Amino acid sequence: MIDRTTLWIVIIGLGLGSFFLRFVFTGLVGNRPMPAWLLRHLRYTAVAVLPALVAPQVLWPAATGGEPDPARLAAAAAALSVGLITKNVLAAMLAGGVTLYGMLYLFL
Amino acid sequence: MATTTPKSAYLRGVVDGLPFILVIIPFATLFGLLAVEAGLNVIEALVFSLVVIAGAAQFTALQLMQEDAPTIIVLASALAVNLRMAMYSASLTPYIGSAPLWQRALAAYLTVDQSYMVSVAQFEKEPQMTVPQRIAYFFGAVTPVVPLWYIFTVVGAMLGSRVPDSWALDFALPITFLAMIAPMFRTLAHVVAAFVAVVVSLLAVGVPFSLGIIIAGVAGMVAGAQAELWLERRRELSQ
Repeated sequence: MIDRTTLWIVIIGLGLGSFFLRFVFTGLVGNRPMPAWLLRHLRYTAVAVLPALVAPQVLWPAATGGEPDPARLAAAAAALSVGLITKNVLAAMLAGGVTLYGMLYLFL
Repeated sequence: MATTTPKSAYLRGVVDGLPFILVIIPFATLFGLLAVEAGLNVIEALVFSLVVIAGAAQFTALQLMQEDAPTIIVLASALAVNLRMAMYSASLTPYIGSAPLWQRALAAYLTVDQSYMVSVAQFEKEPQMTVPQRIAYFFGAVTPVVPLWYIFTVVGAMLGSRVPDSWALDFALPITFLAMIAPMFRTLAHVVAAFVAVVVSLLAVGVPFSLGIIIAGVAGMVAGAQAELWLERRRELSQ
């Protein structure tokens, strides 16, 4: 059972901390120009951070106790390839979802 | 379709944000569900989602609190998972940095993976957008997502443990992120950035407090920037 004091410290601390992280540049730097080298790196924020976030979850999903799972691997591959081919986010998500449920249905 | 007024930019953002409904519903439901399993009540789960609105960080905090980790470790780990928000903030600054402070503050609260991603893609595609149009588009993109994040946290909390594991709701997030990333591979530099980030993240998976994600993210960004420089130099040479 989670201690109530801990819970509220975490909720409030995480709320304040997350807001600070989200506000630190837009709020404090504002419209001051940023150097070209920094902007060059920032252009790759999304394409670097998001794959880094999902790669371990795709290979070692927590739901299967960290064991690689064919259904989840296939779903990830389907979402990525349909996304690459169609450039359509919705189509890619549907491809991933259909593959995941299809595989789970066939093999469980 | 070119965006002209802030109102049409807002509507355009709403439309571009709509696909994320499919993600946010299972993801928020899953959070509500796990929160109740961890011993939170419906109100506590809702306040958690209202105050923090960051799924991955909330899951991390919940997990660690259940393992009786020290409060400071819970906070540090969850914030480390959210460090990418600071990178998002930095990357949004050239686009919306000159908006009024209250708009930037509200945009900061509403910065989630989906709103950031869809907005930056749009701002890059149409560099002629004005700042009010960009802000309007950003708020449009979060409109279909954020209210559902609150609502389905409550739904998940009320469903409790009635949802079986076989629904595989855990995988909604990876599928969405992959679907969102794929259309962003516009140049070789983007591909290099993603590839390096993935390799480093898999190697750094044992690094404590989820810091591996940040290390991998920075490595990917450096790789992308270097690839961009290299491609530019090669283009200049060939001319």
